[in-house]
Amino acid sequence: MRRYFGRKLLIYGLTFFVAVTVNWLIPRFMPGDPVASMVARANVTQPAAAEAMRVYYSNLFGFDQPLITQYLNFWAALFRGDFGISIWLFPSPVSSVITTAVPYTLALIVPSVLLSWVVGNRFGAYAARRKLLDNTVLPVGYVLTAMPYMWLAVLLAWAFGVIAGLFPVAGGYSFSMRPNWSWAFLLDLLHHWTLPFLSLFLVALGGWAIGMRNMIIYELESDYSNYLAALGAPARLIRRYAFRNAVLPQITGLALQLGVIVAGALVTEIVFAYPGLGSLILNAIKNKDFFLLQGTFLFIVLGVLIANFIIDIVYVVVDPRTRAGMAGAQA
Amino acid sequence: MTALQEVAPHERAGVRREALYFAVRNGKLMFGFGLVLVLLLLGLIGPVLTSGTPNEYGPQPMSPPSAGHWLGTTTFGQDIFLQFVHGLRSTFAVGVVGGGIAAAIGMLVGFVAGYRGGIVDEVLNMLTNVILVIPTLAVLLIINAYLGIRSVAVQGLFIGLTQWPWAARAIRAQTFSLRTREFVDLARMSGASTWKIITREIAPNMSSYLFMTFILLFGGSILIASSLDFIGLGPTEGVSLGLMLQNANQWSALQLGMWWWFVPPGAAITAIVGALYVANVGLDEVFNPKLRET
Repeated sequence: MRRYFGRKLLIYGLTFFVAVTVNWLIPRFMPGDPVASMVARANVTQPAAAEAMRVYYSNLFGFDQPLITQYLNFWAALFRGDFGISIWLFPSPVSSVITTAVPYTLALIVPSVLLSWVVGNRFGAYAARRKLLDNTVLPVGYVLTAMPYMWLAVLLAWAFGVIAGLFPVAGGYSFSMRPNWSWAFLLDLLHHWTLPFLSLFLVALGGWAIGMRNMIIYELESDYSNYLAALGAPARLIRRYAFRNAVLPQITGLALQLGVIVAGALVTEIVFAYPGLGSLILNAIKNKDFFLLQGTFLFIVLGVLIANFIIDIVYVVVDPRTRAGMAGAQA
Repeated sequence: MTALQEVAPHERAGVRREALYFAVRNGKLMFGFGLVLVLLLLGLIGPVLTSGTPNEYGPQPMSPPSAGHWLGTTTFGQDIFLQFVHGLRSTFAVGVVGGGIAAAIGMLVGFVAGYRGGIVDEVLNMLTNVILVIPTLAVLLIINAYLGIRSVAVQGLFIGLTQWPWAARAIRAQTFSLRTREFVDLARMSGASTWKIITREIAPNMSSYLFMTFILLFGGSILIASSLDFIGLGPTEGVSLGLMLQNANQWSALQLGMWWWFVPPGAAITAIVGALYVANVGLDEVFNPKLRET
């Protein structure tokens, strides 16, 4: 168990280190200069004023110091929660820009990931033993997993938003409203949340259902299932054991899928103009806001790492083999 | 999962013939590859038979599908069918480049880690896990935004460079189970080099698995590329299916009810990737006798 967590923590630490370093490296080696572009945006005509601005911004972002100091400063700033200052929304700090967007993204990702996982596993497990269900779940599942996230989002927006007129197709809440804690606003939020959530949920659902179906079939053909059947155990019991064993790889799969799901949420947000991280990234790219882009990247990496860590803990709870390592037994 | 078959070299031709026998009788495989082939041919032949450049503005904007414009036109009068067949090309190109590079790196890392074991395995495994945990799209986003990658080939290259970890992991696990078999021991005792054992003994015995891995990476590359294009980080020259979706979204095809603008490109991506998945299941059944339905 200590070995297991030690190893995982080492990987997470390394990943974070690599991500931060890449994040620091890129603006320094990219073609083009963020400071120059900021000065150019300001439209200053006098060369002296432009030079003064350049010096001011270089100071502000610490570009005038030696590289190693810049690197260490970057880390130090990071631990203070300082991601730098947004160019697009100058002068608000990147961290505050991100924290206004994060709740929306979390509200989309967390329910869609968990629900699609639970429902997909249920469906897959049922499909594995009913031919009729199998013949419908399987093809539908393949079509769903093969769909690009944004295309399903566009189709849903078109069908339920434009044609049926049931749901709004853009924004996190109505333009006429200001964010507050009233029931009317919460209902409005939910109304805007439904379609983006549904598109993320559906695309992820197919993959889990297919994975579970294959895993259950494999488990039901294994020696222990045959042995239990030969002993005369009821089919229900055998299926329960099969389900338990098949769920373990699905948990690992969840950890592996996280990065992909985050990516799906980003493009879905863009389709629905949902005010989360995805829309933020789009604006950062459009406005060449390197610091905002850096900040969101780090934030996403951090989020994926934390989620992975939670999944690792869950895995220890449900898989006795990882626990056995703690007592010194041979895994 | 494919069961690994241990086959002596002189028997491989027979196995191949048997696989072909089951392959042509496997509905899923034939359907999957058939669909991909049809779309591939459309992408290859379409641009040759049609005239005009796909992004050229035409005189009839926003017209629904008709005899003149098979899939209608965009708000700028661009012919959607023309964009579609050109877009298919770049989609397949990105799949081949991205999937190919990812498969090559994944195989190299997986084989070496799985066969050598020990410290080499530890280090490679660590590297694989680190890259696995970093969300690919986020990395591609910043690379794309900073370096301004604007061609299909470079996009494919970068997708390939970030997509290999899970393939490496799977291949490593398979290699692990193969390296202790007798025929590998025999080769080692007869003094064959590591490289030779990997290429002559281990790789041929999991060729079906490797092929299936490539197919999945191919599909994955297409999906990632379409997301990147959609965010506005696609090739500026030419067209792709993802760029078509981006344009449709950007110019409010949705609100204008121009379904012919956003349905075909998305449907084509779904069809290609879905058909590949189905073909993969078929291949699994062909190579793994246990899964064959009577």
